[in-house]
Order: sequence, then structure tokens, then C-alpha cells
Amino acid sequence: MEKLVTLIPLFPLAGFLYITFFGKGFSKNFIGTLGSGAILLSFITSVLVFSTQMHGAHPTIVKVFDWITAGSLNIDFSFLVDPLSSIYLLFITGVGFLIHVYSIGYMHEDEGFNRFIAYLNLFVFFMLILILGDSYVTMFVGWEGVGVCSFMLIGFWYKDMKNNDAAKKAFIVNRIGDLGLILGMCLLFAYTGTLKFDDLFVSGSDAASLPGGVATTVAILLFIGAMGKSAQIPLHTWLPDAMAGPTPVSALIHAATMVTAGIYMVARSSELFASSEMASQVVVWAGILTSLMGATIALTQNDIKKVLAYSTVSQLGLMFVALGLGAYSTAVFHVITHAFFKALLFLGSGSVIHGMGGEQDIRRMGGLKKWMPVTHLTFLIGTIAISGVFPFAGFFSKDQIIAVAFEENKVMFILSMVVSACTAFYMFRLYFLTFHGKFRGTHEQEHHLHESPKVMTIPLVVLAALSVVGGFIGLPHAVGEQMGMHWHWLDHFLEDAVVMPSMHMSLTTEIILMITATIVAIGSIYFAWNKYKKNEELALEDDEIESSAHLLLLNKYWFDELYEKIIRKPVDKLSSFFGKTIEPKIIDGLVESSGSLTQDSAGKLRLLQSGSIFTYLLVFVIGLIALLLFI
Amino acid sequence: MTLFHNITINHYLILGSVLFAMGAFGILFRRNAIIMLMCIELMLNAVNITLVAFSKMWNQTDAQVFVFFIMVVAAAEVAVGLAILMMLYRNHHTTDTTVLNKLKF
Amino acid sequence: MLSEYIFWFLSFVAVFSAAGMIFSKNPVYSVLSLIVTFFAVAGHYFLLGAQFLAAVHIIVYAGAIMVLFLYVIMMLNLNKLDEEKRSLISKAMSVAAGGILMLVIVAAVRRTDELNLVQAAGYTGDIGVTKNLGIVLYREFLLPFELASVLFLGAMVGSVYLSKKELTQ
Repeated sequence: MEKLVTLIPLFPLAGFLYITFFGKGFSKNFIGTLGSGAILLSFITSVLVFSTQMHGAHPTIVKVFDWITAGSLNIDFSFLVDPLSSIYLLFITGVGFLIHVYSIGYMHEDEGFNRFIAYLNLFVFFMLILILGDSYVTMFVGWEGVGVCSFMLIGFWYKDMKNNDAAKKAFIVNRIGDLGLILGMCLLFAYTGTLKFDDLFVSGSDAASLPGGVATTVAILLFIGAMGKSAQIPLHTWLPDAMAGPTPVSALIHAATMVTAGIYMVARSSELFASSEMASQVVVWAGILTSLMGATIALTQNDIKKVLAYSTVSQLGLMFVALGLGAYSTAVFHVITHAFFKALLFLGSGSVIHGMGGEQDIRRMGGLKKWMPVTHLTFLIGTIAISGVFPFAGFFSKDQIIAVAFEENKVMFILSMVVSACTAFYMFRLYFLTFHGKFRGTHEQEHHLHESPKVMTIPLVVLAALSVVGGFIGLPHAVGEQMGMHWHWLDHFLEDAVVMPSMHMSLTTEIILMITATIVAIGSIYFAWNKYKKNEELALEDDEIESSAHLLLLNKYWFDELYEKIIRKPVDKLSSFFGKTIEPKIIDGLVESSGSLTQDSAGKLRLLQSGSIFTYLLVFVIGLIALLLFI
Repeated sequence: MTLFHNITINHYLILGSVLFAMGAFGILFRRNAIIMLMCIELMLNAVNITLVAFSKMWNQTDAQVFVFFIMVVAAAEVAVGLAILMMLYRNHHTTDTTVLNKLKF
Repeated sequence: MLSEYIFWFLSFVAVFSAAGMIFSKNPVYSVLSLIVTFFAVAGHYFLLGAQFLAAVHIIVYAGAIMVLFLYVIMMLNLNKLDEEKRSLISKAMSVAAGGILMLVIVAAVRRTDELNLVQAAGYTGDIGVTKNLGIVLYREFLLPFELASVLFLGAMVGSVYLSKKELTQ
């Protein structure tokens, strides 16, 4: 039954190939159905594979083919079916399927529709390879593949240069992270001689036998790779720019799947990080700083997608906090719930943008609940979920993170509460400014406003439902025990795959924490409601901003400008030095001079053919003399 | 080694080399094709002398046989060489070898 | 003793007539000088006991080859020579080349008397006698002997063909 896992990536790959090579001439609906159908088949197969792991995990390796055999180095291309990968399978294919269906509606008028569906399929293929890989190398194939697909999809509307720049930025920043990943892999291989997860983490624990310094270095290097992929400081700058791509892309790649690859990798390497205190500290601090930064910037952004982008950055930071504190399954839990409500929010914003005819500035929106009821309702559900209000999905996962933080590191606890507060505030700010109040757009936009077609709203509804109930897979330990049911199911499910923290929290502490979190969330919501709904304050226009703190946040802490100065300018100088000085003078000079050398010497040599017999005879005699002298 | 009264092989070797060098010099010095051919004959004779001297030294006839064949070859070569010289004269109306300079760059 | 004197006399004759051949302006005089040289060389052969070779030398070289040269000179009407001299550089270089060649070879052969060569056992002194030479020639060197006749055939055909007059059309 586990062998079915080889089929899972093949469906989207087949979809991609078919649409690319044979897709001309078919109607958009057909292509869209084909693409979504491929993912649906993957989803069904994933459910089957998942069911094999349900009753007691037994990790299985399914070999696909012999890949690299070079001397003593033997790497197979194999898939690892275990709890961690099977749960990832489920939500990647599930959410992926919903987004495919949504794209049929969203991209319907686009002339590159076939290309879009094909790229989405290819992306899902690579993502599946990433999480199914049984070694770092196989995972790396998927890692790079999703980077490439992200590049292609961000720059989907390639005619506008800005989109291409954003795509390049995403890829290049990713690549910088990948360097860390590769170095980590090499170091790991040098010390243990294997890169398979099976050898390293499960049997014999090769990872634990690494000397301390090496384990830390490897872990930090791997984390650098995760930083690039999951947009942590300082490699986060690409994610907001990536909003230049179509909204389904933002939903799929930059909310639910690709950015969670970093979390996946760290969770997979949990033993490595658990054995190195310093690396975990690095992870925690990077996570919380990113989280704070993302949350504070989101407070001031006016583009609907940018708010969600920074929100993603912030939530990813929280996940890394959980990872750094040793609660690996909690991070995975938050990944899952975040996938649900973030995808929902992105798709909802896409619906709004679609209805507004392309407008993305929330200062031009307002009161949209009148025209777009379904979108409004689902968006509200998503917003409540992300703010962490009981009993929606976000509450349980975020609460678990806060609980871990409370137990391990009080500073983290306080900071993550701050982040939660900000999250609730800016999300509701977004909600109120978009859907409530007076409409602030132009007349044509007002005429154009309409609810999105069913093909777009049904995925929204499904995701909203998941956002409501999705949290119940991971009720906190204490509560679950009290209930005496399979409530702490996710932790148990994952416990063979990742390192579990030793949590001993009494029931009262748990309940107090839950109540505190809820109060903080509701407090922030109240502030937002007060400011934007009751007082009907509006977001400031660009020229009305006065406070420098506001400016700092609005300009994303000037990160891009900093990088421009420190990195891009020197690199530019260096490359122009090479291009203008070294290349023409030295390299061209070398090549040209060899040619002219040949010509000159040939010109001189031909003068030897004098035609005079005397010369020839003279040379005879001289040759004879030389022969006699030297032999 | 003494060949006969006080004459050692050295003497003959030096004689041979002197004649040979003179022949080589002669070829370079003169422009007339006929003289050049004659100088070649001179060189061949120098070699012959050396060979016969060695034949006496080692008391073997092989060297003399070799000389015999050298003479054979020299005769044939002169015949053909003079024929070529005749053609040269026919085309250029001179026996000066410096007119043969067309094979140049 | 006498042989020694004869050796020196013949050597000087050979060298001087060779020089005469090289430097003579008149080609006929050159040919005559070369004939004198050949006679001196034949004398050397006699001294060395190679009687057959000496006779053949005179017959072939002085009798045939030089006569051929004279015929050619006569046919080309070359007895008066108005040949231009070589340029000074050419002369200098040829002198240098020839001189160095002589020096090198002489230097190479000078020390051979320090080799302690022993006279072969059974030295009879009549290796150059016709009978002995003939025996060796027809026993061990029969094939080259026959090939020599082929060579002559080729030379004959070649020279006849080369010196035919072009038939004007």
C-alpha cells in the first residue's frame, strides 16, 4: 500500500507534461479540470498512504530508482513514508487541489491560463518530491525545483519588468540560503558518510554521534537554508515582493507550501537541532525577531496582499520559535492550521481584488460586505482563526506555541504574546477597512463590484470550514488527557518522526494560558474595532504620515535599502570592473594575441623559403656539422 | 694502428676528411652546376679512401665491396645528373644554379 | 720507408689538384684537375693493397665519368666561363662552413691511434686481390650485385629520356 506513494508525485508531473505538450487547442475549463484532477488523484492516493501510518507509525522507504552510484557513494531516489511526510502530503495535495480549482476562476481571462495550470502542477510535483524524499539529496531536488517554480510563477506576468525583478529577487535570495543548505549537507556527509534520514535519525542515531561543534555548525547551516526558503531575517526580503505574482500563487506557494519547506526540513532534522543547544537558540531568536518584525510592519501596510505577506513572515517566525524551543510537532501543527487559514485569506483577498477589478489598496476599498457576502464571511472566519480566538484552528496551534514558550523561555513567551496581539490587530484592521464602512473607490469600480463565481467561492468555503475545525487535531496535552479521548492526536501521530519535548504542564496552567491568550486577542480586536469601525478612522494616505515610527514600519525597516547599499552596489562595481577592465583587456587580449602571434610567426617563417640553392646547401652543411658535434 | 711503415689509420682518416671538407666547400663556393657535380664526386672519393683504409686495418673485404658499390652508384648518379643539367641548360641557356629560384614564397 | 714518402706525395697531389678543381675558372681545367685527383686516389688504393679497386677506379672514374663530363662541357660550349662570382657574404659563409666541417671531422678522428687495436690474426695482406674480392662479391653480396645492374638500367633509361629533345608541335 505504501508503494502507492510513487504515484503521488507522478499525477501532477503527468498533468504538467500533458498540458505543456498537448494542451493547445483545449478549452480553458478542460485544462483547468485536468490540472485540478491530477492533484485530486494525488490527494486521494495521499489519503490511502496516510492511512497506513494511522495505526502506529512504521516508516517505510519506497525506492524509485538507483540514482547516483559513484564509487562508494550510493544514493537512491527513494521516498520515505512516515508520519511527518504523510501528514504534509495530505495538506499539500488537499490545499493544492482547492487552489487549483480556485485558479480556474481567477485566471479565467488570462491568456497564459494553460501555462499557469501547468506551472502549478509542476510546483506541486516538486513540493511532493521535497517532502517525500528519504535523504537530504532527494529533498534538495525538490527544494531547488520549488524555487524554480516559484520564480516562474512570481514572474508569471512577465511583460511587466517589476514582476521579473521580484521573481529574480525571490530566486536569488533563496539561492543564498541554499548555499548554507549545501554546505550543511556536505559537512554532514563528511562526518557521517550518509545523507539518508533513515540512517541519520532513526536507526542508530548517527546524528547524535556527531561531535558537538559539528552538530551545531551543520544545524546552523541547514537553518540558513531554511531561512532562505521560509523567509526569516535576514533573507526575508523576497516574500513581500513575491506578491507580484497572481494571488493563487501567493496562496499556494507563499502561504501553504513552499515557505513551510523550511519548517519541514528542520522538523525532519529534529534530532540534530535537539542535540545542539546553540543552534536551537539561533533558530528561536531568528524566529522571534522575524515574527516581531513582520507583525509590526504589517500594522502599517496598505496593500491587501502585502499585509498578508508580512503576516505570513510573522507566523513563520512563530513556527521557528516553536522549533527552536524543541516543540517540533507543535510547529508542524501550526504549519497545518496556518496553511488552512492563510490560504483562505489569500484566496479571499484574491476574490476581493478580482471583484475590485485589480485594485489592491485597502484605502480604496470599504463596505465590500454588501457586494461580496461569501467572500466577506469566509474572510472573517479566516481573520478570527489567525487571531487565535477559541475554538478556531489558529487558537489551538498558537496556544500550544505560547505554552511551550511559557515553559521554556519566559522572554519568548512575552514576545510571542506581543506578536499575537499585533496579529489580531492588523488582521482586523485589514478586515474592517476592506469590508466595512463607506466605499472609497471610484465609480467604475463600484459598478464592477460583484461576488466571485462559485468555482472561486467554494474553495473559500471549504477552507473556512477547515479553519474552524482544523484545530481539534492537536488539543493540548492536559486538556486532552482530561477528556480521555484521542484528542492529542497530532502529537502522538508524530512522536516517532520528530523529537518530542518533555512537557509537564498542569491543567490549571494550561487553562490560564488559554484564557490569557484569548483575552489578549480579544483586546486587540477591540482596539481595532474601536479605531476603524466605531470611530471610522481611515488608513493614512502617503502624504499624511508624520510619525517617524510609522515611516520606519511602512518602509519595512529599510531592509531593502540596506541590502542595496551593502551588497548590491559593491557587487555591481565588481562586475563592471570585470566586464570593462578584465574581460576586454586581459581575456580578449590573450585570445587575440595568440592569433596575431601565429600570424606574425607564419609571416616571418615563410621568408625561409628563399628559393636559392646556396641557402639550402649551406643549411645542409651546417646541419651536418651540428650532427657531428652533438652526436 | 699502423697500416704500413709509420702510416697509421689516422693519416688516412684525416686525408679523407680534408678531401670531404674541400668538396663541401666547393659546392658552396661555385655556382656552375658542372663544377658542383664534380665536387660531389670528390666527396664520394674521400669516403672511398676512408673505407679502403679501414678495409686494410681490419683485414676484411667488406669495405672494399662497399666501395665497389659506391662507385656503381656514383656512375649512375653522374649519368642522370648530367642529363638533368642538360635540361637546365636547355631551359635557361646557362649553367648557373642561381637561376633556379622559383620555388620561393 | 718508400711507401711513406709515396703516401705523402700522393696526398699532397690529391689535395692540391682538388683545390685546383675548385678554384679553376675554366671548366675544362677543372675536369683535368679532377682527373689528376683521381689518379692520386688510385695510387692510394694501390698503397693500401686494393688492386682491383684501383684499376676499377681509374677505368670508371677517370675513364668514363670524366669523359662524360667533358662531353657535356663540349656540347654546352662552356670552355670560356663568364660566371658571376658569389656575393662576399656567400663566399665567407661557405668558407666558414667548409672550414668548420673540416675541423669538426678532424677533431673527431684525431685520437683513433690511441685505441689499442690489434692486428687481426691471419693477416695475409692480399685482401684486395681480385680473386678474393670476387669470391666475396659473388658469395655474400650477390643480390646487391644483381641489383646494381637494375640500377644501371634505370639510370640509362632515365638519362636517355631526360635528355631527349622536346618535339616541337
